[in-house]
Amino acid sequence: MAQATHVQPDAAATAAPWQPRIVAFLCYWCSYTGADNAGTARLKYPPNVDIVRVMCSGRIDPALVTEAFARGADGVMVCGCHIGDCHYISGNHKTMARMPLLRRTLAGLGLEDGRFVHEWVSAAEGEKFAKLVRQVVEQVRALGPLDWPGRLRERGVGHGMDLERWREHA
Amino acid sequence: MTTNGKLKIGMYWAASCGGCDISLLEIGPHLLELIAAADVVFWPCAADFKYKDVAAYPDGFIDVCFFNGGVRNSEQEQVARLLRAKSKTLAAYGACACDGGIPALANLRTVDEIFASSYLDNPSIDNPGRVLPQTTFATELGDLEIPRFYPHVLRLADVVEVDYQLPGCPPQADRVWEALQAVVAGALPARNSAVKVACTDKSVCDECLREKRLEKIAAFKRPHLAIPEAGWCLLEQGFVCNGAATRSGCGAKCPSVNLPCRGCYGATGDVADQGAAFIGALGSLLEAETEDRARELIDQVVDPVGTFYRFTLASSDLKGRR
Repeated sequence: MAQATHVQPDAAATAAPWQPRIVAFLCYWCSYTGADNAGTARLKYPPNVDIVRVMCSGRIDPALVTEAFARGADGVMVCGCHIGDCHYISGNHKTMARMPLLRRTLAGLGLEDGRFVHEWVSAAEGEKFAKLVRQVVEQVRALGPLDWPGRLRERGVGHGMDLERWREHA
Repeated sequence: MTTNGKLKIGMYWAASCGGCDISLLEIGPHLLELIAAADVVFWPCAADFKYKDVAAYPDGFIDVCFFNGGVRNSEQEQVARLLRAKSKTLAAYGACACDGGIPALANLRTVDEIFASSYLDNPSIDNPGRVLPQTTFATELGDLEIPRFYPHVLRLADVVEVDYQLPGCPPQADRVWEALQAVVAGALPARNSAVKVACTDKSVCDECLREKRLEKIAAFKRPHLAIPEAGWCLLEQGFVCNGAATRSGCGAKCPSVNLPCRGCYGATGDVADQGAAFIGALGSLLEAETEDRARELIDQVVDPVGTFYRFTLASSDLKGRR
């Protein structure tokens, strides 16, 4: 079996160094407004975050997180209103229970702790959001590329795959 | 080779336990009706057919072939491809062929770890020479070969085009008979490997007769350590019952005898990742007003990956351990 490589082929071939790609799911009422707040205050944070706005952190199906990783995210952030502040009263109570359970599950699947971040960010906490992004980007950068699609390809997962390599090296 | 105009059916076992083969017998007296309408042309578990017999069939000779088990090694892959060519209709039969099943939990371990556990380190193993199986062995009569062990357990659909999926561990006899009747009557739905047959799109809760009292989970319990209250939703009582995230069709057999649903029919309807769906469901059912309390409860869940993805790791988004 070929050894897992931490270098993405395209990235290795070109001069452009690998950059962490992080998907952030933010709730509309607090965390997205908090991110907006960081922007209007012109706070600097790295551009490695792809923000997905959802109406409530309670809407963030754990499958969105697993799918983000499966499609190549190096890290995923989930942010919502602080407990007690949910616009929908109890949406984030579900998040509060789901995310630690998801974290334990992801750990069982071999994801390092730093790749999945769950934090409360209020509409006023632009500074906290910017700081959080800086911190997450740095810790994911230190962990290196996750490249889950590459790992799946390497194991021949997916229809029409080529098992030739396994036959030779298994 | 039979040419009596009867249907020709086949069944094969790959990475599976043999339970699926038994489940086909569970249709009981209906077997006689089946045999009246169809000839078995390949069924290693029950009849002495060789691979070379199958290879000698013309392409598309087998009308319906039920393939149970996932694909773990090169022999299974080879037979899957052979049966695909020789079958008009190829159905993934049972949880392992559909979603990887229990064997796919091995995707949480590397080949080296599996071999070390199977051949070297288990307390019951006596292997002082630390011998591991070799795939080829030279003899005077030529090289002998055994199948190669793949690094990942795959679903049947990962290897070949599949026409239908019949989930379940094993598929429940009444549903199997319904599917077989459709085969015999030529009334199969349009081919689509994404559509599962012999089941419904709803969840096990939909068929479960236990009462839902809308109470939240105050503590998690394990089925061998506590006796559930009769008639009350197992999940609300704190038993990790996968019913909410599991496709129905089984008739909620396990919950009806006080056993939490293990999730063998896989994800419901359009859901791709059964484990993530169950985490979503479970997270909304905890009796927790603070984060600390939620964590305290969550820490009581034993083996989240093995529990939430018990039968569907090969179908999940991440498909295995990194």
